[in-house]
Amino acid sequence: MLKFLAKGLLRDRTRSFFPILIIASGVMLTVLFFSWINGYAMMLIAENARFETGHVKIVTRAYKELIDQKPYDLGLMNVNERIEVLSSEYPQIYWQPRIYFGNLLDLPDKKGETLSQGEVIGFGVDLFTDSYEQELLNLKEALSNGNLPTKQGEILISQEVAEKIGININDVITLIGSTMYGSMAMHNFTVSGMVRFGIQAMDRGAVIVDIADVRLFLDMEDSASEILGFLPKYNEDTTFEISSIFNKKYTNKDDEFSEIMLPLRTQGQMEFLLATMDQRMGMFIFIFIFVMSLVLWNSGLMNGIRRYGEIGIRLAIGESKGHIYRSLILESLLIGIVATIIGTAIGLIFSYLLQNYGIDMSSMLKDAKVIMSTTMRAQVTPTSYFIGFIPGVFASVIGAMVSGIGIYKRNTAQLFKELEI
Amino acid sequence: MNIIIIEKMSKHYPIGGGKFTALKDIDLEFTKGEFTGIVGPSGSGKTTLLNIIGSLDTQSEGNVEVMGNPIRKLSSKKAAKLRSQHIGFIFQTYNLLPVYTVFENVEFPLILLGISAEKRKEAVLDALEWVGLSDKAKSRPAQLSGGECQRVAIARAIVKKPNLVLADEPTANLDAENSHHILKTMKKLNEKLGTTFIFSTHDAKVIQYLRRKISLLDGKVSNDEIINEDDYDL
Ligand SMILES: Nc1ncnc2c1ncn2[C@@H]1O[C@H](COP(=O)(O)OP(=O)(O)OP(=O)(O)O)[C@@H](O)[C@H]1O
Ligand SMILES: [Mg+2]
Repeated sequence: MLKFLAKGLLRDRTRSFFPILIIASGVMLTVLFFSWINGYAMMLIAENARFETGHVKIVTRAYKELIDQKPYDLGLMNVNERIEVLSSEYPQIYWQPRIYFGNLLDLPDKKGETLSQGEVIGFGVDLFTDSYEQELLNLKEALSNGNLPTKQGEILISQEVAEKIGININDVITLIGSTMYGSMAMHNFTVSGMVRFGIQAMDRGAVIVDIADVRLFLDMEDSASEILGFLPKYNEDTTFEISSIFNKKYTNKDDEFSEIMLPLRTQGQMEFLLATMDQRMGMFIFIFIFVMSLVLWNSGLMNGIRRYGEIGIRLAIGESKGHIYRSLILESLLIGIVATIIGTAIGLIFSYLLQNYGIDMSSMLKDAKVIMSTTMRAQVTPTSYFIGFIPGVFASVIGAMVSGIGIYKRNTAQLFKELEI
Repeated sequence: MNIIIIEKMSKHYPIGGGKFTALKDIDLEFTKGEFTGIVGPSGSGKTTLLNIIGSLDTQSEGNVEVMGNPIRKLSSKKAAKLRSQHIGFIFQTYNLLPVYTVFENVEFPLILLGISAEKRKEAVLDALEWVGLSDKAKSRPAQLSGGECQRVAIARAIVKKPNLVLADEPTANLDAENSHHILKTMKKLNEKLGTTFIFSTHDAKVIQYLRRKISLLDGKVSNDEIINEDDYDL
């Protein structure tokens, strides 16, 4: 019977072509949209990981409570030793300590009196030992003026801040803050370059200094606000696994300063953003199933009317209504599968193109001064290969189920009469 | 042996508010191996009667039994089974499935019966030989003449060797030569396989082949006679 139906489908193009066209296009769009959302999520994850969250992040429990304020006085101690231990415990993970600190930037005139001032957020990162921070923060590309720091005592300032305060390359500026223990701290830095990240949070008021300088400045010998961990390749499940094992071992609920590891997804807005994207995808698929089912229902009805003759004959020959109905559904299943394969293949081709070449959005985003997100890229994942089957097969089968109800509604004699005309 | 018993059977169609009586108080019996024509003017109820016998429709009143099956009490599934196993249909407009070849059209009833591919092939080739279309097995219906199409339809009706073949005006769309050919073919199969043939017609050419002629007029049997009793070896 299956062979018989397949022959009919192959020979009667109107029976297969239109539904396949609709389903394949819907599936193609689904796959493309899915890959694009994936690409967007990957970008979101990658960017946030580099600047903010790491793939995982270690902080003290006390720090975590006030994490939005980044209270470095509640930071981690004995960081060098900890990183050595972590590196041997998790050899695949790359660990990076950072200090975030809010302070006042003061530009003095020749006599040492304040010319102008501004509040800035300091990034203390490892700029000199063989760390990946320069890459993580994308410093080479972000450099808009001057050079990257080459020795202690040099500082990078966001272009926006520099313009606002009136700073030039090689100016000596003073950072004014408070030490880890609460007393006033001042330190002079030479401006080696200016940066523009294209990320508002950074551009609004970031200064970047080597972490060793910051430790000196804030009296934070061997401490850090946070230790960020980076996997060779981000995997959400892994981050949760590692965190739960780590926290069982190190988190002590009686000790405020015991360490706690936070996976990327649980930090800040990430959970919300990623969940929103999952939701969007779900809605998109649902809408596609709905719309395509409607279209296929209608085309199935028209097709069904065209096929009343055939159905009448088959009833006369002795096929039961249920059998005919099931065979129509079987046909729609075949069509759904074939169309999904075609649609998925085309969708994947476009997705791979979008993954490898990306769409350059820089002309559209010129005023946004974005560096990292100018290219929109898709990301093909194993799920991209299967996601299309949900709308493809469902829509086809639902369409056939609904349009085929007519077979039951009409009585046999009626169906049969219609074939006489 | 009666294979069909019809007692006091009537059929009404709802029309507007009231009803239209298409068949009224029909009493008929058919025995195995009959070759019977139902004749009558247009609108006399021939198609309605054949559809009820073929379990495609049900009567409104009275009793109809086909091979022991009470037509009105059959579920649609049981009715389908009765048709599939015991009844072959032939229509005025051939009604072949256009996307399938001659061979596949004839094969279809056997697929429904779950017969193996090997046996199907044998039976289909036999049936095509009976109707003289062995060389057209691979053709599509669109490539055949009307007479050839009707012969394919006959092959499809008899391929499963049913007890009963119902033919609704099988020659209405055919010219004289083809009509004779079709009737001869059916007659031959009637004798060879012992299949009961009942068909409706208002074609005078056909009458000479009949063994029994039932005349319908305004939904009633106006005449029922045995003709050509000993001479149907044409
Ligand atoms: N579904 C229906 N609803 C109402 N009336 C119907 C219906 N089907 C048939 N009739 C009426 O029943 C009567 C008998 O119809 P039937 O088709 O059996 O006639 P027939 O003898 O086969 O005619 P013909 O030789 O033209 O094919 C006709 O008057 C027809 O109009
Ligand atoms: Mg008729």
